[in-house]
Amino acid sequence: MNQVLSKPPSMQADLAACRRDFPALSLQINGSPLVFLDSAASSQQPNSVIDAVANYHRNSHANVHRGVHTLSHRATEAYEGARDVIAAFIGAGNRSEVIFTSGTTESINLVAQSFCRPMLARGDTILLTHLEHHSNIVPWQLLCDQTGAKLLVTPIDETGSLDLAIFDKQIAGGVSMLAMAHVSNALGTVLPLEHMISRAHEHGVPVLVDGAQAVPHMDVDVKSLDCDFYAFSGHKMFGPTGIGILYARSEHLERMPPYKGGGDMILEVRFDGTTYNELPYKFEAGTPNISGAVGLGAAINYMKSIGMDRIAAHEADLLTYMTQRLSEIPGIRLIGTAKTKASVQSFLLDDIHPHDLGTILDHQGVAIRTGHHCAMPVMEFFGVPGTARASLALYNNRDDIDRLVSSLTKAKEIFG
Amino acid sequence: MYKMSTDELRELYRELILDHARSPRHFGKLPEVTHSADGLNPLCGDKLKLYLRIGDDDRIQDAAFEGSGCAISVASASLLTDTIIGMRPTEAQSFAGALIHRLTGKQTNVELGKLRALEGVREFPSRIKCATLAWHAMNSAIRQDKVPASTE
Ligand SMILES: Cc1ncc(COP(=O)(O)O)c(C=O)c1O
Repeated sequence: MNQVLSKPPSMQADLAACRRDFPALSLQINGSPLVFLDSAASSQQPNSVIDAVANYHRNSHANVHRGVHTLSHRATEAYEGARDVIAAFIGAGNRSEVIFTSGTTESINLVAQSFCRPMLARGDTILLTHLEHHSNIVPWQLLCDQTGAKLLVTPIDETGSLDLAIFDKQIAGGVSMLAMAHVSNALGTVLPLEHMISRAHEHGVPVLVDGAQAVPHMDVDVKSLDCDFYAFSGHKMFGPTGIGILYARSEHLERMPPYKGGGDMILEVRFDGTTYNELPYKFEAGTPNISGAVGLGAAINYMKSIGMDRIAAHEADLLTYMTQRLSEIPGIRLIGTAKTKASVQSFLLDDIHPHDLGTILDHQGVAIRTGHHCAMPVMEFFGVPGTARASLALYNNRDDIDRLVSSLTKAKEIFG
Repeated sequence: MYKMSTDELRELYRELILDHARSPRHFGKLPEVTHSADGLNPLCGDKLKLYLRIGDDDRIQDAAFEGSGCAISVASASLLTDTIIGMRPTEAQSFAGALIHRLTGKQTNVELGKLRALEGVREFPSRIKCATLAWHAMNSAIRQDKVPASTE
């Protein structure tokens, strides 16, 4: 991401107008204008998303794929139209490789249960990294309990970067599956996917990428990444909660058994046997989150209208500014200082507990996340119970960072 | 819309609280523990272990705690140990009940003494659990619960 840093400074002014698209950003919190620095947990929604969901409910709602009446047709068009938008956005070759789920968590569980479980035997190995979110750890632990497979973990160094020399040895040592984040939610490290995926494929290892923290911030193209599976969540990319995506290569999907059973995923049901529907419907049992899909489609159109390159450049500039301003505060300890990073900075200040920092900042209208960020192994590695984390999105600006810094100064004052 | 003043923050982080958070009393293990319990606040990762020694005279002869947490939860645990040593377990429990009552915004006739320093949390709903964690742990230690006290 370094080359984008040199883009002209007008970038800053350029994205300033976007802020007005997000009604939540004009809220007053505890008497001060909101500074929202917690988009890595869940981002705010622009009017276009809020309106798309409301309009869908007003004018187009019925169940999908089941009625001959007009509203059912509209709902189906809206839902399937969103799938096309998403497929194009991530560069999926085929719309049937895009499966709607409830979020990253469900996408990962689907792959663990439906793709991996049938192929694993006792003693097989699943390789993860030390950076993973709990939702890319626990599904694999469940799978290990079910199959007798075991986990192997690629370690990180004190900057929060992976030890690639160790990874290269691990991946060559007989691994059945590799699952890793694209961007670490706790540290912001961008993983060297190109290297890792090509090594994995040299050894015939399928790869799942947890892209929850990447898709809102950078151009993602699943074909050029050459991953087998890519998972992400709508609510971290300006869309609604309860909707997410699993991209999977159709060659895998075709061989995978359904993850859940129910309506919509079948062609024919008889008590002596059921034929499953074609892709992607085989993996979408039951009435889906139609309005969520519509909202996610609208969120992607919004991001595309700005341009992922501009978003990435804007955020790279802001992250540099944030890191610099934070490091000027006496007593700050930055956690996560990898060379290639995106969007987040974890930190500690003096010996103030992150939870206390969170309260003091909130009192001044500044929203950050505090705690273990669902990445307890990362916290353990750094020997801390948790951190304070400021995370950026396209709508943040330098003023937000100045407010963050001044509210941290206030915290220092209170704790004397 | 009214602007919250920093007075509320000063109310929350009173000198007494900061003092107990910085140098907690009775911090560490206890010899000859008779009762103990873990307290967990999964939301913020506060984790403490409370130790009691209850004598044949039905008095809490000593109390101590270990663990890590925010200023509010550490100060509260420290104040707890200061307060309950010498009490009967039933007295400590009813004191805990009154304090929890008070911190969640209700009235109580019990004289809370220096524990009133915790009253600042009433303006910070997300922090009430931090202030009550040690007290829940004490209750479960006295009851000899099998599972850790949790604020969730
Ligand atoms: C890297 C990463 N993976 C997975 C998840 C889980 O996403 P969801 O809760 O939307 O399923 C998150 C969200 O916090 C995340 O940051």
